[in-house]
Amino acid sequence: MSDSPAIVHGAAEAHHEHPAWQRHHFESVDQQADAAGFAMWLFLLTEIMFFGGLFTAYLIYRNWYYPAFVAGSHQLSIPLGGANTLLLITSSFTMAMGVWCAETRRKGGLVLCLVLTFILGAGFLGIKTIEYGEKIEKHHVPGFHFSLDSFTHPDKTNPVTRNDQPLAVDMARHTEVYFSLYFAMTGMHALHMIIGIGILAFMIFRAQAGAYTTGHVTFVENFGLYWHFVDIVWIFLFPLLYLISRH
Amino acid sequence: MSEPAQHGEHEHHIVSPIVYAVILLALLVGTALTVWASYIDLGIFNPIIAIAIAVTKATLVVLFFMHVKYSSKLTKLTVGAGIFTFLTLIGMTLADYISRAWGRW
Amino acid sequence: MSSSTIISLPDQSTARIPKVNFLTKENGLLSWLLTGDHKRIAILYLISITFFFFIGGALAGLIRLELLTPQADLMATDTYNKVFTMHGVVMIFLFLVPSVPATIGNFVLPIMLGAKDLALPKINLLSWYLYVVGGILVLYTMISGGVDTGWTFTVPLSTHYLNTNVLSTGLAVFVAGFSSIFTGLNFIVTIHKMRAPGMTWFRMPLFIWSHYAASILMVLGTPVLAIAIVLVALERTIGIGVFDPAKGGDPLLFQHLFWFYSHPAVYIMILPGMGVISEVVSTFSRKRVFGYTAVAFSSVAIAVFGFFVWEHHMFIMGVSNYSTLVFSLLTMLVAVPSAIKIFNWTFTLYKGSITFETPMLYAFGFMGLFTIGGLTGVFLGTTGTDIHLTETYFIVAHFHFVMVGGMLMAFLAGIHFWWPKITGRMYPEKISQLAAVVTFIGFNFTFFPQFILGTLGMPRRYAAYPPEFQILNVFSTAGASILGVGYLLPILYLTWSLKYGEIAGNNPWQATGLEWQIQSPPLTENFPVTPIMDHEAYDYEWLERQQQKEVASVG
Repeated sequence: MSDSPAIVHGAAEAHHEHPAWQRHHFESVDQQADAAGFAMWLFLLTEIMFFGGLFTAYLIYRNWYYPAFVAGSHQLSIPLGGANTLLLITSSFTMAMGVWCAETRRKGGLVLCLVLTFILGAGFLGIKTIEYGEKIEKHHVPGFHFSLDSFTHPDKTNPVTRNDQPLAVDMARHTEVYFSLYFAMTGMHALHMIIGIGILAFMIFRAQAGAYTTGHVTFVENFGLYWHFVDIVWIFLFPLLYLISRH
Repeated sequence: MSEPAQHGEHEHHIVSPIVYAVILLALLVGTALTVWASYIDLGIFNPIIAIAIAVTKATLVVLFFMHVKYSSKLTKLTVGAGIFTFLTLIGMTLADYISRAWGRW
Repeated sequence: MSSSTIISLPDQSTARIPKVNFLTKENGLLSWLLTGDHKRIAILYLISITFFFFIGGALAGLIRLELLTPQADLMATDTYNKVFTMHGVVMIFLFLVPSVPATIGNFVLPIMLGAKDLALPKINLLSWYLYVVGGILVLYTMISGGVDTGWTFTVPLSTHYLNTNVLSTGLAVFVAGFSSIFTGLNFIVTIHKMRAPGMTWFRMPLFIWSHYAASILMVLGTPVLAIAIVLVALERTIGIGVFDPAKGGDPLLFQHLFWFYSHPAVYIMILPGMGVISEVVSTFSRKRVFGYTAVAFSSVAIAVFGFFVWEHHMFIMGVSNYSTLVFSLLTMLVAVPSAIKIFNWTFTLYKGSITFETPMLYAFGFMGLFTIGGLTGVFLGTTGTDIHLTETYFIVAHFHFVMVGGMLMAFLAGIHFWWPKITGRMYPEKISQLAAVVTFIGFNFTFFPQFILGTLGMPRRYAAYPPEFQILNVFSTAGASILGVGYLLPILYLTWSLKYGEIAGNNPWQATGLEWQIQSPPLTENFPVTPIMDHEAYDYEWLERQQQKEVASVG
């Protein structure tokens, strides 16, 4: 066999049977789906490293300026953050169910799941908008008239901050670093959510047209991977940003 | 991996909705747990427990929602590589920060 | 009869370029701008990076002109800062990083694997467009006044103290970075999922292994650069404070994030070049690469270890002594796999039938100059000596030896080696050999004096210097002009060869490797039928049997 030339046989491939969505540089739909899934995972690796830089910054500054981080964290609302976490986790569930519907060719189910995921995701963004609005009101946005008042003179009427020690001015200044990371991390996360919602909208139309329930589930599957990844980032952001020293 | 992917390693395992529902429940419980634990003073263990719960939740999402448990070795290796590099970034950067001014840390 | 060349061309009186090939398949501008064909995308890249290479080269010329005299008399010092910054940005991000992977890799990698194209052709095209956008942004930056932070964007200079185009350059690098990520991603998927039947991992050419390792670095490292740039942009525009000591930030954090990518970046740049050298050294010694497994694994080892050493760029910046110890030790480790490759290439040459065609001349240049550059890297990895040598011309000489003496020579070796495959025509051998020698001589004159200047204490990034350094600087500039000629010649004769070069035929080098078993230029789908790989890599006996069969069957 070792003497046979490299370019060999011509199995009559003139009318190779393959589904319409198979690209010609692939030998089979399986190979194509495999490659696409693997490519999506590699893309998620780049996302892990992208957020990784932010987590590194967070880790260092939280240890340097712990009191400032505590004070900053107390400005965030656990009910709102917790609600967002529940929304996002449920949307991951509905997305996974959507993939199941595509795999089992349930067009109606798929559309329903995608719509639910969309609504939950949009709900997340809505709550985020409210939270950001609060930050703007209280002048807790770095670089835009950032105010140290809430930290040097904690609000006694608020049950969360009632027992907080007022911070010295230099430590209070470091809350700006906390909020920088808050906005950078949740902002980057929200940007990924917005892109996800956009793609979901596109997918809902395509799903309604039956594009994903004829055996070609790759797009839904890989989008699901992306959506779950965005959920995982939030799973870490929530305790790290919202739950610092709440006792 | 010594075999070229002529026929592909496509996993046909379809995860059942029951599994998804159980995982959803676990994630919701985990969320409640992490909020509840944050209200108790456990000193140095507060952040450790918070991270531990977050890692557990993330693992459940990766294994079941993202199907990694039912995926090829290559997929598992890929996820591992990503986590490894992420930990390298954080860990080795910390090697500098931890060892600077000892008292400050 | 001992032949002094292995070039084997078809009879020129009857040979023709194959009528149907990827160049003639479709016509018109759109067929190029909207192509999914990896070969056309490779050519699009080749044209673009050559364009930016000459811009970077012109900037280098300006630097050397300024440094002819000790005073800052050719241009204002601020302008000089802009010139060397743009030289670095253009050469690194717009030339070196995409050079071999995006041009030669894009063209040859699928064919070497026996595939019809890369796994994701549209992403490949997107990758090129992102490169072009990045390039346009850099051009915009240059036209609108340049940026003078140095290519390393060190904060707080880049965030607080400069009014130049940091943001547009940062955006350019961000976009070009994604171009790189998508290329690497494409390669990894293709190598894992699209190898032809019989093409096991250890039958792949070593060129593939090098690109695999480089692609891992592209995918995992580049995003950290991206986030570093985003943070600089936020710091600069809003003043978030993450790098600002006045607000409690740490400027060193930027450097950690920046070098976490930028050190693996040097391996992204050199590994594909090393892949080229493996192919060239084997072909022109008519011998399989010595220690295939060692070379393959050393590529991956370089990629893995390359992630653990970035702090050696920061030894004097205020990091802890303990961490300098750790990173210095690790830097010693990362030199080992590179050395292994040099040893293996040398052993490949031993008792081989060596001929000195142009690619081999460049390969010899690579081996010598990269070794010198790499060894000086070990001096720099030692904290004690680095404290004295860093930020001097020693560093400049070190990285130019590995990047220009190493990588650029490997790129030229590769271009000459695969030119017949890409175009179907041979370049003129004598003038190309002359160009290679001129380049080598020019290079040594340019950069060797810089080692001496560095040890004597001349700092880098300075337009003015003490007059006692002038003589060496004049040497260096003289060498640069010779080097310029050496780089200009290929443009001229390669372009000439497109019309007047000899017809190359399938396998002018009598090389192994699947790409040499198909026509030159290849068909759009590369292989009319899927090849089956049934022999080891660099199997010259297999090649001989092939040729005998061909001769036998024609008669």
